[in-house]
Amino acid sequence: MTHPSAEQVWEWLDQVPDPEIPVISVVDLGIVRNVQWEDDKLVITVTPTYSGCPATSIINLDIETALRGHGIEKIELKRQLSPAWTTDWLSTKGASKLEKFGIAPPQPAGGPSRCPRCGSPKVEKVSQFGSTPCKAHWRCLECLEPFDYFKCI
Amino acid sequence: MTRDEALFQFLLRMGDNTLVLGHRISEWCGHAPVLEEDIALANTALDLIGQTQLWLGLAGEVEGKDRDADRLAFHRDVWDFHNVLLVEMPNGDFGQTLMRQFLFDAWHSIMLGRLQKSADHRVAEIAEKTGKEVAYHLERSADTVVGLGDGTPESHQRMQAALDYLWPYIGEMFASDDIDAEMASAGIAPDPASLREEYDALVTKVLSDATLAIPQSTFSHKGGKAGTHHSEHLGHLLTQMQWLQRAYPDATW
Ligand SMILES: [Zn+2]
Repeated sequence: MTHPSAEQVWEWLDQVPDPEIPVISVVDLGIVRNVQWEDDKLVITVTPTYSGCPATSIINLDIETALRGHGIEKIELKRQLSPAWTTDWLSTKGASKLEKFGIAPPQPAGGPSRCPRCGSPKVEKVSQFGSTPCKAHWRCLECLEPFDYFKCI
Repeated sequence: MTRDEALFQFLLRMGDNTLVLGHRISEWCGHAPVLEEDIALANTALDLIGQTQLWLGLAGEVEGKDRDADRLAFHRDVWDFHNVLLVEMPNGDFGQTLMRQFLFDAWHSIMLGRLQKSADHRVAEIAEKTGKEVAYHLERSADTVVGLGDGTPESHQRMQAALDYLWPYIGEMFASDDIDAEMASAGIAPDPASLREEYDALVTKVLSDATLAIPQSTFSHKGGKAGTHHSEHLGHLLTQMQWLQRAYPDATW
């Protein structure tokens, strides 16, 4: 029996939005670690962003639903903890989509490089935590708007 | 005691620490002094509950008696809990909550660092994952302890009182027993006493930046890890946390 190629599956997964930040896909987020056929079963390896992230189970469900929609019947989702997820795995495309959406992408320096709205580098931290486990709360000192910063871990 | 029995107990200790502390901090949800702190505490609680699922999930697997993380969390009684006493201490004021958090985070981050080298790859993987989250918790709790300790006379006095109150609960995190000895000889976990030096260095640095005086007493309460002598506070916490699963066993959404 022939089945869709792994490349095809990656493309489909790149259409599955992150439930909390729908402008980026689960592939952009870097949590899909592997796609592999084992005979007639498709095995997808997913790593969680944060241990307690409530979106994890929704993401698994969304992945499964999407693949069923493409006619795949036997699917196994494997959880992989190691190597632990890092924001280094966020795609370049994902990072620029985040910024357009108003969320400052992660920076190795530990804070946003500029305000995602006006581009000013004058920003300050309001709180190390934000609206979801993956974000922190910052403020722009130029346009005065608050914004989310995607934490770098 | 077989090695797996010891491992099961060790995993309960790790998972009960995060479960009880996670529940304690979640009690602040909607009550913190400012919105940002409320969100920060709720997110920390969420991380800890997520970590609990990993530790207790593995504990259930090792035990092999068909108990999953939920079963272990909601259907054990107080004397079967193995968290250190520190994490079950009441929240008190915001300062006391953050002091407790800092004293635990400091131990937790050092412990998880060591566990990443565990001979049991399942333990090492959980430590790798959760260690990143805990490093973030520690950064925040340490900053807050310094901010409040070296703050106004009122906040300083409250932080000193919190430290004096919680200090006698530190020693339990470094006390060893048979289970620790078995884990150490198997290379699964470090001897708890071996974490003390690094802990003291870290805590002394932060508390001195916070202009707080470390209490002189070396007296230490114990009994939480072993499960033999929990404080009167844990039972009250469990009545809240376990109520629904006890009243309606196996209820699902
Ligand atoms: Zn701006």
